[in-house]
Parts: sequence; C-alpha cells; structure tokens
Amino acid sequence: MSLAPIKKVTGRAVPVEGDDIDTDRIIPARYMRCVTFDGLGEHLFRDVRFTPEGKSKHHPIDQPKHKGATVLVSGMNFGCGSSREHAPQAIVRAGFKAVIAGNFAEIFFGNSTTLGLPCVAAQPSDLQALSKLVSERPETEVEIDLEKLRVKAGSLTFPVAMKPIAQQGLLAGRYDAIADLLANLPKVNALASRIPGPTVP
Amino acid sequence: MGKTLFQKVWDRHAVGQLPDGSTQLFIGTHLIHEVTSPQAFGMLRDLGLKVAFPQRTFATVDHIVPTDQRVEPFQDTLADAMIKELRKNCADFGITFFDIPSGKQGIVHIVGPEQGITQPGTTIACGDSHTSTHGAFGAVAFGIGTSQVRDVLATQTMALSPLKVRKIEVRGKLGPGVYAKDIILHVIRTLGVNGGTGFAYEYAGPTIAGLALEERMTICNMSIEGGARAGYVNPDEKTFAYLRGRPYCPKGKDWDAAILEWKKVASDPDAQYDDVKVFDAAEIRPTVTWGINPGQAIFIDEAIPEPEKLPVADRASAKEALEHMKFKAGQRLAGQPIQVAFFGSCTNARVSDFVEASKFLKGRRVAPGVRAIAVPGSQGVTKVCQEMGIDRIFKDAGFDWREAGCSMCLGMNPDQLVGDEICASSSNRNFKGRQGSPTGRTILMSPVMVAAAAVSGKVSDARQVFA
Ligand code: SF4
Repeated sequence: MSLAPIKKVTGRAVPVEGDDIDTDRIIPARYMRCVTFDGLGEHLFRDVRFTPEGKSKHHPIDQPKHKGATVLVSGMNFGCGSSREHAPQAIVRAGFKAVIAGNFAEIFFGNSTTLGLPCVAAQPSDLQALSKLVSERPETEVEIDLEKLRVKAGSLTFPVAMKPIAQQGLLAGRYDAIADLLANLPKVNALASRIPGPTVP
Repeated sequence: MGKTLFQKVWDRHAVGQLPDGSTQLFIGTHLIHEVTSPQAFGMLRDLGLKVAFPQRTFATVDHIVPTDQRVEPFQDTLADAMIKELRKNCADFGITFFDIPSGKQGIVHIVGPEQGITQPGTTIACGDSHTSTHGAFGAVAFGIGTSQVRDVLATQTMALSPLKVRKIEVRGKLGPGVYAKDIILHVIRTLGVNGGTGFAYEYAGPTIAGLALEERMTICNMSIEGGARAGYVNPDEKTFAYLRGRPYCPKGKDWDAAILEWKKVASDPDAQYDDVKVFDAAEIRPTVTWGINPGQAIFIDEAIPEPEKLPVADRASAKEALEHMKFKAGQRLAGQPIQVAFFGSCTNARVSDFVEASKFLKGRRVAPGVRAIAVPGSQGVTKVCQEMGIDRIFKDAGFDWREAGCSMCLGMNPDQLVGDEICASSSNRNFKGRQGSPTGRTILMSPVMVAAAAVSGKVSDARQVFA
C-alpha cells in the first residue's frame, strides 16, 4: 500500500489546554459503541464540550474563531490511558491533521502515526506561547515541518521532537506497516512453525 | 552477559527489521473482543485479506455485554449488533469464540489464563491496554490499536520497537490487609503515571515470588497505568502449577517439554537492566486514590497532598483532580461517604479476590443507601464461586451479583455511575467519566477495601472495619 508522504502540516490551530488528557476524555467509552469508526468525530472530547444535557460548554473546539482548525495543541502526557484507536480516529475524523503537545502516551502515539496523524512534542514554554498566540490571533497559520522538526506560527519558531522511526515513516509514506508486513509472509510462516501456540483441546 | 526474559522472548519472535527500522514481531497468541476488533475485520475485508493463523486468535465478549440480561436479543440494540458482528467475524474467519453459551465467556484478560491460552515465553497482543495482565505468566504482552489488530490478523505480526526493561524489585513482608493492588498503586504513585514510558516492567524480588499467580496478574494488569506498555513476572513453579491441566496447555510428554522451555525463558541472574527500582513491601499500607489518575493515591491514613507541595509538573493535574472529586487538600479519605461499590474488572475479579473478600463479608450487610455490585471476571469464576457458595455470601450481604463482563469498569453497558456519585472500585482507572457519568467520581482500592467501604458506607480502613 503506497501512501502519500506527509512532510508538512499547515493550518489554523486550536488550544486544548491541560495535562494528562486521557483517551476517556478524548472519546468517552460510551461513544465506542460502534462497528465502524464513522461518525466518531462529532463525539471528540464530548464530555468537556457538552453538558450531560447536550448544551455546549463553549469548548475552544466549538468557538467560532477556531472553526476549521486542523492542528490540536495540548499539554503533557497527551493520549494516556487505553489502547483504543477510537481516540486518534475521533481526532482525525473531527478534521485534525496533527497534534502538538508536551509528550504523548506510547500506544496513542503509535496508533496516531499509523493513521497518518503526526504527533510532535514541544517544550512546555513553547506550547504556552503557541496556545496564547492562537487564542489571541486564531487566524494564525501554524506550520509543522516534519523534515526539519520545526513549528512556525506568526513570529514564533520552535523545535519539536518525534521518534525517528515515526518521522521517517511519515516522510516516506510508510507509516502504515501492513504492506511491509505482508511482504515478509514466507519468513513469518517459517518462524511460525518453530513457535508453539495454544494447543487445541 | 545474561539476558532478560523480555530480550529472550523478543529475539525469538523477531521476524526481521522493517524498512523504517522497527522490528517485525511475531505474535504467538492474539486475543480479541467486541469493541476494538470489528473495524479491524472491516479493514481486512476492504483489503481482501484473510486471517493468516486463525488458530492463534481467540475471541470473547466483555466490554459491552450486559451483566444482567443475558437472553438475546439484548435490549441494548447496539450491544446486540456488536456481539452478532463478532460472532459473524469469528465464523467467517475460523476463529475460536468463547461465546456466552460456551460457559467460558468473560473479560479477555481473565479468560486467557483460565483457559491456559496465556503461556510463558510467548508474545501476546490484544486490542486492549490491560493486555499487560498476561505478563504474570512470563509472557510479553502488549495492548495494541485497531490497525495493529488488523496487522496481526493478516500476518500474525506487527511493527514494534523494542522496549527498555526496568526491574521493579519488591522485598519484605506485606502487612495484614495489604494486597497486590496496594503494591501496584504504590509503585505507580512513586514512579508516576508516565514513569514507565518506553519500558517493560519486570516485577521481581521475594515479595513478588511469594504472590499467587492471580495476585501477580493484578500487578501486571496495571503496568500500563504507570506508563509501561508491558509488565511481567518470570515464570516459576507456581506458574506451571497454575497452568497444569488447563484446556489449551500442552499435555503429557509435550507438557514436560514445555516446562523445560519455559524455565529457560526466565531472566538470567546476570541479566542487564536499563533501570532498577527497589521497594520495601513492609512500608506499603492500604492505598486509595484521591484524584483522576491512578498515580494520585495515598495510604488510607494519609491526607490528600497540597498541590503546591507536589512537583511542579503534577500541580495542575492535582488541582483539576481536587475540583473534579470535590475533595480538599489536607482531607483524609477515611470516612468519606460512598454511594456505589464496584467489585469487578480484570484487575480484581478472579476467584481469589472473591474468596478473600467473602471471608470478611460473611454475616455483614452492605450499608443502607449504597449500591453494591459484584461482577465476576468470567463465567468460569462465576461457576467456581457458586460451587464454593461465595455468590451466596455476596448476595446475603446485599451485593447485586451479576454475570461476567467489564461492567462498571468503563460503563459501556448500563452499569454506570449517575451524576457525581462516588464509587469505591476494585478496577484500574479513575479517569474523569470512566465509569459512565462525566461527573462520576472513582476511588480505586483493593477488593477487600471495596468490601469494607460497602459495609461501612464510607471509605474505610478494612483492617479496622474487619478487625
Ligand atoms: S475490565 Fe476494565 S480495564 Fe479490564 S478489559 Fe474490561 S474495560 Fe478494560
């Protein structure tokens, strides 16, 4: 499967402040009652965006000034908690193309990369400055350069980090491993015969 | 130079290096459930692929399955659709499904060990972060996302980079009323909820060696709450004794041969670790969480910390936690009234958990106004509890005794908190909204502490309640 390389993401950003934004916050489990990922986008951050009665809490995502934003900015340990791919799926299906945060939980990071959603890590002070900037001037275009690992927004420029394997995968359009895995099936078969599995009773 | 179990298992299962530098890792055993697998089967169909090794994948229903109504069609039409979808996928692709009528259904991390599917020295993957539970048997077990479930179905492999290994050595004697759950809550509190990022945790030392397999499962289960993607205990005689005679384990001569192999897989005495942390079990007391992540925990006789006195990085989250929980810094949790007691989940809903709590519950009653539910981790657990009369003890005490499933651990079925109810819970996550109500409040603790909270109507030190 050849995928288009992802070298740069450009777009307006929305700040979703806070540390340890977990996968239950990103997509509460009750919205995972589905057999496809379609429609997950509208439930992104559901419980912080709406009251239990469904009234808007005017979360940044729902503020008119951030409408159409494609870059999510958040704090430390983003995506901690469960392995549910529903979380990055909800982010992607809500129209986001990248996440900038302090750092990321491992499984979330891997799941996101596989979907072609780059997650880059920035210093807390840079994150704060970026959040402030895009709150005050929501029209600012944020550019994430995945080759140089650098973010530019207005007069701000700062470095970001990403695991080299993920970075290379995105740049080469090989972030979804399936094709490479399938190509080695003969080797897999040979190895499988040496690895016992559970025995059928 | 010796190797750790992790390195040995990794090397043995590595197919080779992929172009991006990651490892193609063979997955010995794959477990699936109704929530994270349907989309993977969908992707497989879209790509026109088959399941490469259907005899290495096992399925059950746990997350969404109702724990009261078990006659199909379920009132909850979406739950009904999801179970039918899994049934169809398993039939179409030739996968063993521990369906409700099989008598073997339950939470995937309880069913695997119970059936002897979870074995030492193997790699296990499942689309669920608590897959680390299986590490208790000396397996390297990971939680994976749905795209990786697709990868494993299609190729029995996945792309992964090796983890570092941190040895968590626990020495000393556990005090009375202190359990495996308290050990792991204490470890997470000490090392932080993301202290384990990039690591597999090897739990070792005399205290861990002294724990029964089901207690080791409790510890490995919560590795992910400390940020570690996998956690394991080296296999020993207790491991083999637990597995002997289980349905999916080798028999006869094959069993003897398997034991020889499994012994070899344990970490060498001179193995090199990337990090070592030592804990004294004698210092650990019954532990409860006061916040919205499992690291926000205190001993039952401690006060909730002042956010200002915590490390800078933890302050904002502590403030947010106090606001959500409606607790105050300096407050003690003992005496805090509860409205719900949840005894269940893959952390603590095995036979030994019910047996231990039943000793204290016998002849006692759940406090008026407390909704107490007991949810066995599997139909197998239910059966043994019934044979031992333990379900009776729980029912007589006023617990609602349910059918097997995840239930209020994540509130995907009707078992949910209402409003800002406080729940004493034997589960593993206290995230905001975790138990089904956005404003619900979860206090994690050991199952015996849940029993103590249920009968006293408030968070209590079980050692005093059951003195
Ligand atoms: S019991 Fe809870 S933690 Fe365990 S698998 Fe079910 S939902 Fe996940």
